[in-house]
Amino acid sequence: MTYLTKPKLHHPGLPTNTLGLTRRDYEGAVSTLCAGCGHDSISAAIVQAFFELSIPPHRVAKLSGIGCSSKTPTYFLGAGHGFNSVHGRMPSVVTGAALANRDLIYLGVSGDGDSASIGLGQFAHIMRRGVNMVYIVENNGVYGLTKGQFSATADKGSKAKRGAVNSDEPIDLVQLALVLGASFVARGFSGDKGQLVPLIKAAVEHKGIAFIDIVSPCVAFNNHPGSTKSYDYVRAHNEAVNRLDFVPHREPIEADVPAGGVQNVMLHDGGMLRLRKLHAEFDARDKVSALAYLEAHRAMGEVVTGLLYVEDEPLDLHDAQNTVAVPLNALSDAELVPGSAALARFNAALA
Amino acid sequence: MVKPIARINDFVVKFANVNGSGSASANGLFAKAVLKMGVPVAARNIFPSNIQGLPTWYEVRVVEAGWRGRRGGVDLMVAMNPETWVEDNLEIEPGGYLFYDSTKPLPPSKFREDVTVIGMPLMEICNATYSDPRQRQLFKNIIYLGALAGLLAIEPDVIETLLTEQYKGKQPLQESNRKAFRLGFDYAGANFETIGLRIERRDKVGNRIFVDGNNAAALGAVYGGATVCAWYPITPSSSLAESFAKHCERYRVDPATGKHRYAIVQAEDELASIGIVIGGAWNGARAFTATAGPGISLMQEFIGLAYFAEIPAVLFDVQRGSPSTGMPTKTQQADLLICAYASHGDTKHVLLFPEDPKECFEMGALAFDLADRLQTPVFVMLDLDIGMQDWLTDPFVWDDSHELDRGKVMTAADLDAGKEFGRYLDVDGDGVPYRTYPGTHPKRGGYFTRGTSKDAYARYTEDGHAYAENMQRLLRKFESAKERVPAPMIRRATQATRAGAIWYGSTGAAMAESLAELAKEGIHLDQMRIRAFPFADEVAEFVAAHDHVFVVEQNRDAQLRMLLVNECGIDPQKLIPILHYDGNPLTERFVTREIAEKARLFNVTPLRKAAG
Repeated sequence: MTYLTKPKLHHPGLPTNTLGLTRRDYEGAVSTLCAGCGHDSISAAIVQAFFELSIPPHRVAKLSGIGCSSKTPTYFLGAGHGFNSVHGRMPSVVTGAALANRDLIYLGVSGDGDSASIGLGQFAHIMRRGVNMVYIVENNGVYGLTKGQFSATADKGSKAKRGAVNSDEPIDLVQLALVLGASFVARGFSGDKGQLVPLIKAAVEHKGIAFIDIVSPCVAFNNHPGSTKSYDYVRAHNEAVNRLDFVPHREPIEADVPAGGVQNVMLHDGGMLRLRKLHAEFDARDKVSALAYLEAHRAMGEVVTGLLYVEDEPLDLHDAQNTVAVPLNALSDAELVPGSAALARFNAALA
Repeated sequence: MVKPIARINDFVVKFANVNGSGSASANGLFAKAVLKMGVPVAARNIFPSNIQGLPTWYEVRVVEAGWRGRRGGVDLMVAMNPETWVEDNLEIEPGGYLFYDSTKPLPPSKFREDVTVIGMPLMEICNATYSDPRQRQLFKNIIYLGALAGLLAIEPDVIETLLTEQYKGKQPLQESNRKAFRLGFDYAGANFETIGLRIERRDKVGNRIFVDGNNAAALGAVYGGATVCAWYPITPSSSLAESFAKHCERYRVDPATGKHRYAIVQAEDELASIGIVIGGAWNGARAFTATAGPGISLMQEFIGLAYFAEIPAVLFDVQRGSPSTGMPTKTQQADLLICAYASHGDTKHVLLFPEDPKECFEMGALAFDLADRLQTPVFVMLDLDIGMQDWLTDPFVWDDSHELDRGKVMTAADLDAGKEFGRYLDVDGDGVPYRTYPGTHPKRGGYFTRGTSKDAYARYTEDGHAYAENMQRLLRKFESAKERVPAPMIRRATQATRAGAIWYGSTGAAMAESLAELAKEGIHLDQMRIRAFPFADEVAEFVAAHDHVFVVEQNRDAQLRMLLVNECGIDPQKLIPILHYDGNPLTERFVTREIAEKARLFNVTPLRKAAG
């Protein structure tokens, strides 16, 4: 980290988006994470994605749990409200927030300790409920703030910095999310911004729960030989199944078709995801084969990345709740309070 | 020979049944029938943590005087459960009555000599009348209801009307139930002599309603503008969330679209429940959870976050027998301390103590205004006795001119007008800062909510001075809460006295009667019913004005007394604990006996005598 504050002046020639905002308008406070931390790259990708989508930063609510990853919402979209809640419990807080106001965009940032250990229960249940949000896990396989203990996503046999070998089976959050009914599931790598930014954009545009597991090396405690979450390991074992283009509002589609073919996924707002397949046999709309593919490649020690599953017409929690279009936090007294006449009838029925 | 008890409109009937045998409906009809005769009742379901097979009781106190507590003792036992025969018989008052199924003969040793025995061959009658075993079981209950109506002089029309209402639109069920009722009623007329207990028509019920506190609190939440409810099933609070759902279906569906102006999540556990509440409240919705002691234990970490991050949240704690799983279907007032100081670190929370369903409704609505106004968690402390039992209570009232108090919320217009915004800035000196809802303004008013220490502008800081300042402000805020929470109800004794009594919540049901009894014995007590924590200044003043104050509550460790000593700096010697914690609601007899005894022990004599 640096102690220097960011200059407030913008370069006059910075590109602007359709709102007239520059990329700088999507930044937050200076990161206090270690230099080279994968999480900072993810923050940068989030900034880029929201800037490119021209979403007003203050319409995004950023929520997190506790840990290094959960600190990052301070470092992007500074104009938005943030909530650094309780360890492993971000999902419930987002659930309540999303119910209160369906008009905001919800971005939950968590870590592997936060979501796969202490918060595994809440992780599971928010996937089931389909809260309309982007759920990012910045996955480095260790507890950073408490100095390098294994987390539940650390691979069996992987080595800690001081030489201890992990004897427990890892939890693969991607597979869990798929099984639990998430309607958008992806995995990225903090070292591949080109892949990550479109994934985040697509996740934001997705209605329902969009989960992205992002392998994000910890330079302080988990970037050594023997770790399966290091920059070197992931670069060598990254198995990208597709590259994603996010095409907002039916822009004309480019003509070049890659070897594996192209898969188009329409979004509820008229935008489209264009998947350039890198593996012809991988189909992001087929959950069963995606699971088989993931498990087979995990056994080979590979890290499968890309958009792994997307549902065409997902429903979210508000659909299930059948809530009114007006956000619940904006309903008037008249819409909320039945009044004295109704109460008189209630009394009469019990007299 | 003990003389049989002879009383009109003032006796206790207890039904001893087997759980799941369909008795609840018949017993409930009995209570309602007495009410329809214009005579008040205090009715309590005493039930096991079980769905079928274990013993269960329903106690109906017929009480023209309108007392709402338990008296203690039983005048007429309707003994329908062989398993509890011995204890049920022991509970009958000398001179009381036993009603039982005499189909199978019992040896004389099974009966008490000082009790009038009324046998009716219920099983025999049922077997002769019905061929279906389930019908035999269900109609047995209605038949004994008919017999009791005959014995106690309940007008049969009253019960027949109730049966018609209960099975509205189900003609065959109306017919069959009426027939069973008549069977019992006529049997009693032909075979029983009149007994000393009798119900006579009065007009003492007035416009009061018969309702349980969970239902009332849930309706309060609707009137309080709650839109987000998150809960996890736990006895005795589940019916609060379920009632909220029912009320919302009725009052909160947009007539034009059929869409809901509410959201209810049955969460995976209590941690998620309170997390959802906090997320919803942070985002400007009125949100609540309903739970019991074990749930409060699980929510501790989140409650501390809500306190420190200053997020309104409403928690209905329907207290039950504790600790641990304790006695899930029994009542206690044993969560005071865990709620008052919930979470790690220095925390204090606002508690409300409704005394009956009417206050459950009122405080159920008020809690949301208070939470928003104070930006802090507010606990509404029900217990099983208020929450799950039907109480005779004054009808609910609502002032249509009342506007929901959203507290200090800065709008986009305020921010545009250049008002300074610091999330934790004490602008008004009452310790309560301003907040913005997420998404309010593109440039101003955004802030980061966190459980870690921060400065007045919500910026993360580990500076000790900023931390201490913030903690001091939270104390100022708690101080301002004193003036906003419901004030204690104070009543002077009819004679000047140096002794007083303090109680709260459901304990009031027995207190009112007990104080009247004590006055008859020459023990006069000034009275204070505490309705909220933090304590208003009158609370300490009341104690200071007396030499001895009895603190009556339903827990082992005298938790309210501890709070009083701790918060008001009171000499513990002045506060004499009167404690009842066996899981059953305390009785008038218990309170009267305990206070009378302790009054002698502590030499609490009326001023008149002391002066003389």
